[in-house]
Amino acid sequence: MSGLRISAMGSGALLASAPGALDIPTQRRIWALAQAARGWPGVREAAPGMTNLLVTFDALLADPEALTARLHEAWAGDLESAGTGKVLELPVIYGGEKGPDLGLVAQRAGFSEEEAVRLHAASEYVVFAPGSSPGFGYLFGLDERLHTPRKNEPVIRKTAGMISIGGMQCSIGAVAGPSGWNAIGTLAKPVTPFDPFREPPVLVLPGDRIRFTIVAILS
Amino acid sequence: MIEILETAPLNTVQDTGRFGFRHFGVGTAGAMDDLALSLGNALLGNPLDAAGIEVQMHPFHLRVTVDTAIAVTGAAEAKLDGLLLPPDWAVPVRAGQVLSLDTPPKRGARSYVAIAGGIDVPVLLGSRSTCLRNGYGGHKGRPLSAGDRLPMGAATATPVPPGGIGAAPMESGEPLTLRVIPAAQHDAFPEQVRARFWDEGWKVTMQSNRMGLRLEGTALRPEKPFDIRSSGIVPGVIQVPPAGQPIIQLRDANSAGGYPKMGVVIEADLWRLGQARPGDTLRFRRCAQAEAVDALRAIDAYLADVAATAALCRGMASR
Repeated sequence: MSGLRISAMGSGALLASAPGALDIPTQRRIWALAQAARGWPGVREAAPGMTNLLVTFDALLADPEALTARLHEAWAGDLESAGTGKVLELPVIYGGEKGPDLGLVAQRAGFSEEEAVRLHAASEYVVFAPGSSPGFGYLFGLDERLHTPRKNEPVIRKTAGMISIGGMQCSIGAVAGPSGWNAIGTLAKPVTPFDPFREPPVLVLPGDRIRFTIVAILS
Repeated sequence: MIEILETAPLNTVQDTGRFGFRHFGVGTAGAMDDLALSLGNALLGNPLDAAGIEVQMHPFHLRVTVDTAIAVTGAAEAKLDGLLLPPDWAVPVRAGQVLSLDTPPKRGARSYVAIAGGIDVPVLLGSRSTCLRNGYGGHKGRPLSAGDRLPMGAATATPVPPGGIGAAPMESGEPLTLRVIPAAQHDAFPEQVRARFWDEGWKVTMQSNRMGLRLEGTALRPEKPFDIRSSGIVPGVIQVPPAGQPIIQLRDANSAGGYPKMGVVIEADLWRLGQARPGDTLRFRRCAQAEAVDALRAIDAYLADVAATAALCRGMASR
C-alpha cells in the first residue's frame, strides 16, 4: 500500500488521499481509517470521500503535524472494515426533463441515449462516501465509458432525487440545489434519503449497494 | 416566549454550529458571524454557544412576553420601543417591549439577537441551528415568519442592569482581509495564477448567501483541467471551478465537493466572511497553522474577558 497524500484543509482539518485506483479495496481501508481516527484525541469528525478522508480537529487540542504522522502510521498498518452491505433497488426515469444532460453524456460516449441508459443501469453501485448533502452519497461502479467531466459552472437543480455523473463518479442528489454534475435521470418514486429524526438519519451507509432499474427513457 | 411580529425572508435561529455528523454528510450550519452571536451570549451570561436569531434581511421586529434581557450584536442598528441601542449592547427588556431592526446596515451584513437563557428550540443532531438547504433544525427547519413564537431557556445569570452593558469590538484589523492556509491543489496552479490569487482583490457578487460567496476577479485557470475525487469540505474552503471564479463555501454549503481547492480561510476569520456583502472586495493573505491557532486563542480570550467583565457589571448592579 503506497503512502497517503495529506494536505491541510484550513486550520481545523486535514485531507488524506490514497493514491492509485478508485477501487473497493482502497475504499475499505479508508472506511477503516475513518473509524480509527474518530477515537483520536482532539479529532472531531472523520468523513470518508472517494478514496480520501477528511479529518476535522480542534486546533487548540490537536496538532496537524502529529495527526499527519498518526494517519501515515495507521495507513501503513492493518486496516479492516466491515461494510453493512445491504442492497437497495431504485426505479429511475431517465432523460427528458428528468435527466436533462442524458443527451450530452450519451453523445460524449458515442452511444444512443438508450444505450447509455442500459449501460448505466447494468452496473451495481457501491455507496463509497457521504454525499455533498446528507442522503445517498457517492456511488462507485460507473462504467468508464460514461465518465463525463463536471460542468464549468454549477447549475441549480430544482428537484431532489436526480441521478448524475461528475467525472468518474455517480451520485443521487438528496436535495434540490446547485450542482456541477450531469443529470441523466430522476428516481421514479420519492424516497426519504435523510431524516434527522431517524437513527441512523441516512438511508444508506458506506458499503451498501444500489441497483437502478429503468422505468422509462424520456426524449 | 419571543413573538416574531414582522420579518423579511431568511432570518433564522442559529447557534455556533452542528459538529459530529459529517460522516452522514451533515454540514455545520450555524451563525455566519459566530463571534457576534457569542459576544451577545457573553454579555448576557449565557453559554457562548447558546442559540440566537440571525438577522440578515430587514425589517425584523420581535416582542418578548416576559421580563428578560436581550443583546444585539453585529452589523445593524436596533431600537427598543423606538429608542436606538448602542452597538454590541445588552439591555433588560420588559414583557411587551418591541425590538426592531428596520434598515439594512451601512457596513456589514448580519446582526444577532441573543436572549437570556438562549432560544430553546429542540436540539437536533447536537445543535439548534437551522439548516435551510435541507430544512431541519432551528424553528421547524425553516426561516422565521410573522406569528412564530420561540421558547426561551431558563436564564441562570445575574440580570442585566437597567442601563445595559456593552463591549468594545475585538481588534479586528482589516475586516475583509482573510487569512488563508493553502490547500490541496494550490501548488498545481501555474505560478502566475497563484500570484494573482494572493495579490488581487476579489469582489463579492450578488450570488452570495449562507451557502457561500461567489467571487469575481481575473479568472484563475489551471494549465490543464483537474479531475478530482470528491472529498469532504469545510466552511471557508475556496474552490475554483473550471471557469476560474472562486467560490468560498460557508455554513450552509455542501459537505463535500470536487472542485480544485486553492486554500481555506482560517476558522478565526470565518466571522469576517459572515459580514461580507455583495460589492465588497476581499483580499487573501497567506497564513501558517501557528498564526491560525493564535488567532483562535485571541478570540477565546476576548470572549472570556467580555464574559468576565459583563458578569462583574451585572453583579455590582444587583447588589
